[in-house]
Amino acid sequence: METRELTCIGCPMGCMLTVSMENGEVTEVKGNTCPKGDIYARKEVVNPTRIVTSTVKITGGDKERICCKTANDIPKAKIFEVMKDIDAAVVEAPKHIGDVLIKDVAGTGVDVIATRNVETA
Amino acid sequence: MMYDVIVIGAGVSGCAIARELSRYEINACVLEKCEDVCEGTSKANSAIVHAGFDADEGSLMAKLNVRGNEMMDQLSKDLDIPFKRNGSMVVCIHKDALGGLQELYDRGVKNGVKGLKILTKEETLEMEPNLSDNVEGALYAPTGGIICPFELTIAMAENANVNGVEFRFNTRVEDIKKDADGFWHLRTNNGEYTAKYVVNAAGVYADKIHNMVSEDKMHIIERRGDYCLLDKQVGDYVSHTIFPQPTKYGKGVLVTPTVHGNLLVGPTAIDIENKEGTATTAFGLDELQAKASENVKNLPMRNVITSFAGLRAHLERHEFVIEEVKDAPHFIDVAGIESPGLSASPAIGEMVGGMLKEKMNLTEKKNFISTRKGITRTEGLSVDEMNALIKKNPAYGTIVCRCESITEGEILDAIHRPLGARSLDGVKRRTRAGMGRCQAGFCSPRTMEILNRELGLSYEEITKSGGRSRIVIERTKGEV
Amino acid sequence: MKTYDIVIVGGGPAGLAAAVAAKEAGNDSILILERDHELGGILNQCIHNGFGLHTFKEELTGPEYAYRFIKQVLDLGIEYKLNTMVMDIAKDKTVTAMNREDGMFQIPAKAVILAMGCRERPRGALNIPGYRPAGIFSAGTAQRLVNIEGYMPGREVVILGSGDIGLIMARRMTLEGAKVKVVAELMPYSGGLKRNIVQCLDDYGIPLKLSHTVVDIEGKEHVTAVTIAEVGPDRKPIPGTEERYTCDTLLLSCGLIPENELSRAAGVNMSPVTSGPVVNESLETNIPGVFACGNVLHVHDLVDYVSEEAKRAGQNAVKYINDGCKEAEGDNIIELVATEGARYTVPSTINVGRMDDLLTVRFRVGDVYKNSFVSVYFDDERVMHNQKRIIAPGEMEQILLRKSQLQEHAGLKKITVKIEKE
Repeated sequence: METRELTCIGCPMGCMLTVSMENGEVTEVKGNTCPKGDIYARKEVVNPTRIVTSTVKITGGDKERICCKTANDIPKAKIFEVMKDIDAAVVEAPKHIGDVLIKDVAGTGVDVIATRNVETA
Repeated sequence: MMYDVIVIGAGVSGCAIARELSRYEINACVLEKCEDVCEGTSKANSAIVHAGFDADEGSLMAKLNVRGNEMMDQLSKDLDIPFKRNGSMVVCIHKDALGGLQELYDRGVKNGVKGLKILTKEETLEMEPNLSDNVEGALYAPTGGIICPFELTIAMAENANVNGVEFRFNTRVEDIKKDADGFWHLRTNNGEYTAKYVVNAAGVYADKIHNMVSEDKMHIIERRGDYCLLDKQVGDYVSHTIFPQPTKYGKGVLVTPTVHGNLLVGPTAIDIENKEGTATTAFGLDELQAKASENVKNLPMRNVITSFAGLRAHLERHEFVIEEVKDAPHFIDVAGIESPGLSASPAIGEMVGGMLKEKMNLTEKKNFISTRKGITRTEGLSVDEMNALIKKNPAYGTIVCRCESITEGEILDAIHRPLGARSLDGVKRRTRAGMGRCQAGFCSPRTMEILNRELGLSYEEITKSGGRSRIVIERTKGEV
Repeated sequence: MKTYDIVIVGGGPAGLAAAVAAKEAGNDSILILERDHELGGILNQCIHNGFGLHTFKEELTGPEYAYRFIKQVLDLGIEYKLNTMVMDIAKDKTVTAMNREDGMFQIPAKAVILAMGCRERPRGALNIPGYRPAGIFSAGTAQRLVNIEGYMPGREVVILGSGDIGLIMARRMTLEGAKVKVVAELMPYSGGLKRNIVQCLDDYGIPLKLSHTVVDIEGKEHVTAVTIAEVGPDRKPIPGTEERYTCDTLLLSCGLIPENELSRAAGVNMSPVTSGPVVNESLETNIPGVFACGNVLHVHDLVDYVSEEAKRAGQNAVKYINDGCKEAEGDNIIELVATEGARYTVPSTINVGRMDDLLTVRFRVGDVYKNSFVSVYFDDERVMHNQKRIIAPGEMEQILLRKSQLQEHAGLKKITVKIEKE
């Protein structure tokens, strides 16, 4: 049996979680004060995911960078691949909150969307 | 190009000399290794105008201190810079040291310092209620004053420049040779300069420059002093400049209001062998507080907004050396200009100007412009005055530095006047933008935007204070 | 110049929420004064996600969160002025402000809401020895340069202070290609949220060194190296523990200071603990009709709480005006006291007659407490005793007081909040 220590990020509480695993399967989660902790721990040890936020180059707008995020979680292991696509992308103004800036980023099936408005200059 | 005079160093001495030279029909140039004036000792000191009772009777230091002090009223009016005679006090905290005050008093009288008075304990505490309870008395000098060293140096440089003196920045003198005709050839990182006379006003580097031309070697000791600057909230904690009694290391750690309303504590004194060694140390900053607290009680050190260190260009003999070098005719040293160098600077300028006038037979310019208008300040203006200004130039309606309430109009003025600002520190020293309690956290990006727009400098080219002091290194994700 | 009932100083999250609430409470004469060129305040540069879980039940980025409120301000037709700096607030609530177009102007307001936010503690205030070269930034300034202006301050980074902005910037700089070598924290615990330590440092293998501080900065023109050392219980560096990191950037995330120069000049009473105004249950300062909310009042860690607090300030400002701009009446003033671990409370006093049915009292603790109790005493009687697994300085705590509960305790003079082991 192996155990892993995690800090729950479900809320500002930051519970210290202990996850017991056997053959790659979670057998027990301890230390959580609410169900969110249990869900987080099971996911974090088996399939950790993250939202990636950054900026994308934008032309023709009143700003030269537009901030963005992945519309959903992407696998944690793919963060830097996602960043590579984000770094390379160039979009054209205008763009508004929720507009897709990059489709299916790094083959994750997740889009990168704008998180602010940039109007045409 | 052949200059009549080249001044090495655009600190307060070099700029004072340049201004005095600009009164005459002359081709003069100031060479400065940094990208702006006032980058060495002149930018990191106590910012005070000493009364003149410290230096030994008959010394050049004493003479030029007292003369410089006298000149400050008119000079500050002519150059439109703030100067205040707040008065200074040398505070005695040991009964058996009271005799020391009398000694200073006597020396001051001999040096020609006016209005000196020895105060009783009660008189002292009445004038400065925040002094230590151990105070036994004080020497009061009403002629002591406070001044902004940046503005003094910058104003003299601007005025010299308007009157025809050239300034070459980022130009470091690497070697000096005399040719057969007796002309000086100065090799720099920016080409060669030639002059009939050279004035060495290189601050802590004055020994290095001197030793390029003379066999009578000079050695300047860098005497570092750490300072703390406190928030304007506590700027009136004392109203006079408070000195301890002097020691062989100098005038000790003082506590003084600044002419802009902050409180300044410093300097410590430690001899180092590093001409660029302006790093503060934890030891120095602790010592500062301990020493200042001997004279001033409950010093509000939690209000420190920045700390810094300056180097005094100290000579073993502790005297200003302002003379033509014996084995190098037409080469004038202005060396060992440590405290009271700032106070003496106008007199140093006057003296060197006079020397060169005589030696070179200079004639006075008919059209010398003796006054200079400073940056239009918005601080303290009424609503109507502000609106008149904004109507003329809307840039005065935009505050860039929130802590010191500095407008974009003031920054534009600083950039576009003679010898204008090219860096964040250049803007700061001319306008005070970034000098307040947030220490430029808020205004840096905004000032960068203005420098970018006005001077066509890319963000990557904008520096804190020239050289390698870039603020940002590249665009995120590269250029489009 | 047009006059307004309510002038809101600051168009960040607090000012926006206060404006929306005041409008919704029925006041149509509101003006927001914002010094930046857009509404949203610091949220515009906080492009990371994690905002709004409490308010909107979803995770938003800072600009998205701000835009939810900006949109309401626009839809409700609330007036605002950008690029406008408030220069002075007089005791009679005349607000003096300035911008390019209007020049300097004065607005006599019936109520003023202070929503100026906070600023970062600069290097000087930390008394870090060493040179003063380029390459030293407060984390927020670097955040603005990277996220808004789109420039990198450097490639090799040391961060002092584990406040949230510092942690967030550790990840931001890493994602933009920089190497963050270490985060040093003077205290034996981090001032940042757990979530940020996990997702900003652990995820990228960035070491967090607790009880460490910067003892030297090298580089005359630009930072070339930073030395950190461990500190003892007295927070003084322990000789021999120095570690030198070559780097070109030092970011400082060492605490936030409510920006109260205007409040102080107006004569608002300040709390030495929060550096923010002392307020009553209505978030009203000692000057009747001057309210405070958000980080200018006390530094928050969650913007959701800022919005909630600001909403109350907005509503109370309208109530104050509707009640005829009178000084609060009522002799039943209860004092709130923070002690034994609790550092302060907001508010500081409660006028039971004016309080809502349910009042949130927020506070912070001065140390990390594990398995301890948040206790509330009505005079000498303990009325609340809630066990918590962990209470940390970096995370704001709150208790709820019911009006009925306070009314039942006739003659109640003092409510004490403290942390108890058992």
